[in-house]
Amino acid sequence: MATTTATTPRMWNGGRSPFNVEYGKLMMWYFLMSDAFTFGAFLISYGTTRFATNGWPNPNHVFNSYPMSGAFKAPLVFVSLMTFILIISSVTMVLAVHEGHNMNRKGVAKYLFLTILGGLAFLGCQAWEWTHLYHEGAWWGRNPFPNSDGTISTTNFTNFFFTITGFHGFHVFSGVIINIIMLIMVLKGTFDRRGHYLMIEKAGLYWHFVDLVWVFVFTCFYLI
Amino acid sequence: MEHTIESLAQEHHVGGGRKEIYRVTIILTVFTLVELALGFYLMNVTNELMRHFIKGVIIIFMLAKAFYIVGYFMHLRHEIRNLIMTIVVPLFLFVWFITAFLSDGNSFKNLKNSLDRGHKERSEQPAPVKKEGEEHKME
Repeated sequence: MATTTATTPRMWNGGRSPFNVEYGKLMMWYFLMSDAFTFGAFLISYGTTRFATNGWPNPNHVFNSYPMSGAFKAPLVFVSLMTFILIISSVTMVLAVHEGHNMNRKGVAKYLFLTILGGLAFLGCQAWEWTHLYHEGAWWGRNPFPNSDGTISTTNFTNFFFTITGFHGFHVFSGVIINIIMLIMVLKGTFDRRGHYLMIEKAGLYWHFVDLVWVFVFTCFYLI
Repeated sequence: MEHTIESLAQEHHVGGGRKEIYRVTIILTVFTLVELALGFYLMNVTNELMRHFIKGVIIIFMLAKAFYIVGYFMHLRHEIRNLIMTIVVPLFLFVWFITAFLSDGNSFKNLKNSLDRGHKERSEQPAPVKKEGEEHKME
């Protein structure tokens, strides 16, 4: 306690933000924490169901197609592409925030635009994958894939897959909308007039969270 | 000094900048490639113990990636310690959630298998074999 008493009174005496961030960013953090619990609850219920079930489909036999693959099946290829698209769009988002610190309007606009493209590419990939699975007969309440040991599988597999990737896809979609609004505001010069680009940081936090969730979804559904 | 939105925007520039961004990008890419390599390797492993071990390693890489995204891309490592704690400490609840729920699921499976004979037999029925060319047909 001896070390904190020296700084604490000044931090908490009013007149400054004790956490050194502005209100909106702090609340974005707390929103993301609660959202993490929502996704966590989804993934844990998926895990619980999987632990409570005899047998489970092998993801490498289910997710083995990519556009124009034809008869040549390869597992993990398409989903790796989706993962890299999301990681790269996260990187362009950090670069946009970085340019915002330097008050470089053109730089922010460029990197935000690239981030939006990445988000749209990811959504396109997901739309293709859902369509493909739907045509294979998979949907909520319908599971054409057998367990890895050849026994009949339950519909829990497809229910959880479509619910969780759908909820994540919805987050990506709203992230893209937020980024488009940010891009319009950047191009209109709103943040230059305000004198700071802090709003880009908040949008950035949300976008990174979407990437973070995909890291977990990707591992839980496709890898293990 | 009094805090205003403007002064916060000026003050808040700790962190490594572009160099750090590129370093973290490379780390995330390498970790993903290692995860994928392990995923491919896992396909041909039949030993149950070995499978669990590889899955554990994949999960460790997943958590490491989460650390780098939250710490550097979301900038949490460069925030004030009190802020970090208000966000990270509640997340430790997950340790208990995961332990409790997964072991409960496992116990539920064992109870069903030992107490409900029909359940075990039903889950051992072979799935109907899909005929060639039937893949794209809907009911």
